[in-house]
Amino acid sequence: MLPLALLIVAVLCAVQAVRAARLLVSAIWLAGVSALVALLLYWLGAHEVAVIELSVGAGLVTVLFVFAISMAGEDLTPLKSLISRPLALALVGVSVVAIAWLALPLIEQPVTGESPFGTLLWQNRGADVLVQIVLIFAGVLGVLGILADEKRPATPGVQTADMVEDVTPELVTEIVEPEKELA
Amino acid sequence: MTSLNIAIAGALVLLGVGLYGLLIMRNLIKIVIALQILGKGAILALVAAGAISGQTNLGQSVAVTLIVADTVVAVVGLALAVQVRRRFGSLDVNELSTLRG
Repeated sequence: MLPLALLIVAVLCAVQAVRAARLLVSAIWLAGVSALVALLLYWLGAHEVAVIELSVGAGLVTVLFVFAISMAGEDLTPLKSLISRPLALALVGVSVVAIAWLALPLIEQPVTGESPFGTLLWQNRGADVLVQIVLIFAGVLGVLGILADEKRPATPGVQTADMVEDVTPELVTEIVEPEKELA
Repeated sequence: MTSLNIAIAGALVLLGVGLYGLLIMRNLIKIVIALQILGKGAILALVAAGAISGQTNLGQSVAVTLIVADTVVAVVGLALAVQVRRRFGSLDVNELSTLRG
């Protein structure tokens, strides 16, 4: 009964994360979803993934969301969705039924003699680990993208502070003291 | 109803909630939040499928890859949102089009 209760609360958190008007509140609800999903994963016997999900999903990603929202600011303007909500619900229903109908029969019967988690991750799925390293570098670039300063577009005839920095001292002398150069 | 069936059902519901959020949201950060919910559903589905087929560790190793990919998607999406807000002054995806006519 505990997994069912966890699942219901997780789904309620997810619905609130989508419905909440404020972005910060949505991020907090999402952290709740992550924590509850991590508990469910632990209940299913996936202890390693549960720990990673709790630390990365509920910790790191939430910090990133709060940081990004503080940088971008709250946008409280109510935005009307581009498609009607009944149509969206119908599309979601069709999609979920199609996924269940196509994917559930593919789940195989129990297999015996499975390798340990470490062997599977580092040897059998070594290519995945390499892809993860590349993805982490992409994530670092993403963080640099969050932190990057805005560069103002250059307007003809207007010198900005960035452009002045590029001027060499000799050129400044020529501009300020043209008669000295002539003499 | 076993806990594995509950997990599969929960994964499908989370996928549905995330998909609904993707369809109706126009705020860029809310779109990333909806993507994250979709990712949680997929992680839960992978681990549950692994547990049902007796390959829990295989399901876990694929789920770890998905967690990393999901986090990077969130980071890149948030970086895009911050830069879009600075450039366009809004997080509305409908105002991103610069083509006129």
